[in-house]
Amino acid sequence: MFNLWKMKPIIKVENLSKQYRLGTIGTGTLSNDLKRWWHQVRGKEDPFLTVGESNDRTSKGSSEYVWALKDINFEVMPGEILGIIGKNGAGKSTLLKILSKVTGPTTGRILYDGRIGSLLEVGTGFHPELTGRENIYLNGAILGMTRQEIRAKLDEIIDFSGCERYIDTPVKRYSSGMTVRLGFAVAAHLEPEILVVDEVLAVGDAEFQKKAIGKMQDVSRNHGRTVLFVSHNMNSLTNLCTKGIVLMKGISPFQSKINDAIQFYLQNDYVNRGDYNLNETPKEKEAYFTKIRVVDENGVAKNDFFYTEKICISYQIHIAKKNAKYKLFCVILDYHLRPIFSCESIGIKEDMLLKIPEKFLVRGDYSIHTFIHVPRVEQVDIVENMCQFRVIDNGSPFQIHGDYNYGSVFSESEWV
Amino acid sequence: MQVADTKKYANAIVPKDALFDLRLKEIWRYRDLLLLFVKRDFVAKYKQTILGPVWFFIQPIFQTAILALVFAGMASLSTDGIPPILFYLAGITCWNYFANCLRTTSNTFTANASLFGKVYFPRAVTPLSIIISNLIQFGIGLLLFLLLYLYFVATGAVLLPNTFLLLLPVLIVLMGLMGLGLGMLVSAMTTKYRDLQYLVDFGVQLLMYATPVILPLSAVPDKYRPLMLANPMTGIIETFKYGFFSTGTFSWELLGYSAGFTIVVFLLGLVVFNYTEKNFMDVV
Repeated sequence: MFNLWKMKPIIKVENLSKQYRLGTIGTGTLSNDLKRWWHQVRGKEDPFLTVGESNDRTSKGSSEYVWALKDINFEVMPGEILGIIGKNGAGKSTLLKILSKVTGPTTGRILYDGRIGSLLEVGTGFHPELTGRENIYLNGAILGMTRQEIRAKLDEIIDFSGCERYIDTPVKRYSSGMTVRLGFAVAAHLEPEILVVDEVLAVGDAEFQKKAIGKMQDVSRNHGRTVLFVSHNMNSLTNLCTKGIVLMKGISPFQSKINDAIQFYLQNDYVNRGDYNLNETPKEKEAYFTKIRVVDENGVAKNDFFYTEKICISYQIHIAKKNAKYKLFCVILDYHLRPIFSCESIGIKEDMLLKIPEKFLVRGDYSIHTFIHVPRVEQVDIVENMCQFRVIDNGSPFQIHGDYNYGSVFSESEWV
Repeated sequence: MQVADTKKYANAIVPKDALFDLRLKEIWRYRDLLLLFVKRDFVAKYKQTILGPVWFFIQPIFQTAILALVFAGMASLSTDGIPPILFYLAGITCWNYFANCLRTTSNTFTANASLFGKVYFPRAVTPLSIIISNLIQFGIGLLLFLLLYLYFVATGAVLLPNTFLLLLPVLIVLMGLMGLGLGMLVSAMTTKYRDLQYLVDFGVQLLMYATPVILPLSAVPDKYRPLMLANPMTGIIETFKYGFFSTGTFSWELLGYSAGFTIVVFLLGLVVFNYTEKNFMDVV
């Protein structure tokens, strides 16, 4: 690698902020507009820039102005793929919109070299009455290609889309999947120095998604282009990106290598997804659960685990009367509530910890059924479908297969 | 420090650009898109119709026939001695060109919000493409007019073209630019408050009666003449008719007024449009 510190960032974002007004536009907004204009005429600062709250959509605010983005700073080096991570409403789309010049910033600036091509949607500007071929030209031109550039790549684009047979049929006759493929095919052959991509990869079938991810990697690795990529999908983020920035309520608290950024995001995005807490009056039972939590090896509550981490389930049990026959049973369920595997203890204690080995569960969402029982005699206490957790694939051998359904657990089988 | 920093980068995205930075170079870079938009509008308009482009002829023919029937036939209004069909067609062709330019460009932002919200290209490309589409449509209308003109000459009508016909290209440019300028102005002003849009919709229809499309300027009572003279389209339509028929009035002052109005409105429209395009997505 070259001396990174000597290289100049291809894109530099400085103190970028964006303010939005909430509510509808009508006669009420006219007075604010006039006030703003009057300040401007007298050469004063916009009075509404000093107000505004951070963008927390769940709490009721007092101001009708919010900062969708506030003082964002970051730099991207040529050839890097930057992942932008954040919850809904964190400001990801606003950032992308400003980067793609769809809307302007309120304050701050972005400096960059070369062209920025943006892919906030595939097939932008497709006209249903025009044929696939005509739409390739139209869409390409909208994205900033010249007619010559498109003509030179036409065969490649048609081939990539896999819609050759329909290419002279109006797009309105296409299936939605085909329209998306065609749109992505055009976009993938765009050659700006900086490419801004929203979650367009979330469309199309698995085969096409793999193709799309491959194309993006190719664009950055082999052609040295810079990509800014927004996604909720931690899989594609780890797959693609080299660096990540986290956005939260319009500010950017963290930027680093992609895995660290994801880790930071997941820890702070921690929400209680149904850990079990007994808060009613004690039960009239000889033994019952008071608290069940999903934790990591150090006992810290957590819901999202990397494939390389141990997942632990910590139990607190109230034991009124000891019984040597009691056993603790735990069923791990997948997203469809299908049992994947189960564990059974020998006896029970007040505090128990179940460790699920790392590199065992495949990526996905899980929950548990768990109960205290005397086998085939009685069920003492039962907790159903609680304690959700998620496994994120950060580099298993099967990661390249994307969303292909290759099962629920990894095995250590051998080829002879 | 900051200034030096900016210099190192080729491009910058900042809150506000300079007011008179019209970025014409950028529009030129997107000329292919301009032409593709024109083609799209044209091709898409008459797909799945049987008569296809013939519709371009049918519309003005019917409009003219109705005007001739009502105003020349029933109301016996003067047409300066020109065959009514020809007289009205001349006015209609010009007026439709201007009115279509104005009407279709005036809702550029609202009509294209979904496209503009997803991808950047110089927004001015859209109204420019509309003007070119309308120019082609006007060309077809003019062709129809010329065919009828020749037919009337062949059947013995006395029609005297003169050298002012050479002003025709100037007139076409003026009409287009006036429609474009006004349209851009309106579209920029209607992104946030849409009231003006409704005014344009019916105002264009009403305004036609304040041009010499139906009544020649010479037949307008003195009391109302200043009203018609104040309409910047009057000079253009009068000159158009004068060039083809040698009747009516021609004055450099009147045409000069139209030209001056056009230039001012066009420049103003362009500046306001460019100023608006940056943040219109937030309020549209």
